[in-house]
Amino acid sequence: MRKVYPLGHIRTPFYIRGRSGVVERLCGAFGNPEELAQMRSGEPKQPLYRVRFLQTEVWPGYRGNPEDALEVEIFQHWLE
Amino acid sequence: MKETGKYQPYNYFQLMEVSLRELLVEKGIVTEAQVAATVEDMRNRTPERGARVVAHAWSDPEFKRKLLADGTRACEELGLDVPALRLVAVENTPAVHNMIVCTLCSCYPRMLLGIPPDWYKSRNYRSRAVREPRAVLAEFGLDLPDEMKIRVHDSTADMRYLVLPMRPAGTEGWSEQQLAAIVSRDCMIGVAVPRIA
Repeated sequence: MRKVYPLGHIRTPFYIRGRSGVVERLCGAFGNPEELAQMRSGEPKQPLYRVRFLQTEVWPGYRGNPEDALEVEIFQHWLE
Repeated sequence: MKETGKYQPYNYFQLMEVSLRELLVEKGIVTEAQVAATVEDMRNRTPERGARVVAHAWSDPEFKRKLLADGTRACEELGLDVPALRLVAVENTPAVHNMIVCTLCSCYPRMLLGIPPDWYKSRNYRSRAVREPRAVLAEFGLDLPDEMKIRVHDSTADMRYLVLPMRPAGTEGWSEQQLAAIVSRDCMIGVAVPRIA
């Protein structure tokens, strides 16, 4: 995940930026929310993925099953 | 709006709602009747819709397969229209428990579960569900064994989620109506599991 902090309407939570995960599935292509929020068309549509992150990767010191996971929808331009 | 019977001036958001609605009506963009009908529709959507989907999936393995592959299409097959909603059904198993949150706002499968409960929109639930899901579930009275994996689904974009709970033992031979009656809203958010009374 990219670790950047642009201003605007961003659908990528802060806690997941800079973390590594595995693509669980491709959901399809959807209007880019960062563009839609500015009253623009949202085109070109962006591929949207569901990405699985291990909790231990996201939160240092996570207590629980080491295979506990978080799944987050991420637009392609946030992957690196 | 809550009617307490006591006169109270509008608060900021109520005033915004009334002003915007009156302006839209005045400009002929919507009618009062359309607004009332939409509110009525929203109120009529209850978690019973979701429970019907779960009960059918428990009773019909082919439907369950379709639901997990393409939730939206499977719901349409049941006559449940889910416009503007890509439904992802996630299945609880003896090894994996799923729960749903929207950390950014309050995305929720309204077409199947209706209006979200206040706690779902609270900062407390939204921030802690991703950080310490086991502690949150324990507060809901759900203590999961350590060996069971938890998957938390954060609805950050265009998908909406429905937890398909495990069918409890002792419900063999039950009708879909009987089954649906034990599937609560919280079971489909993943903060509870169905139990036989």
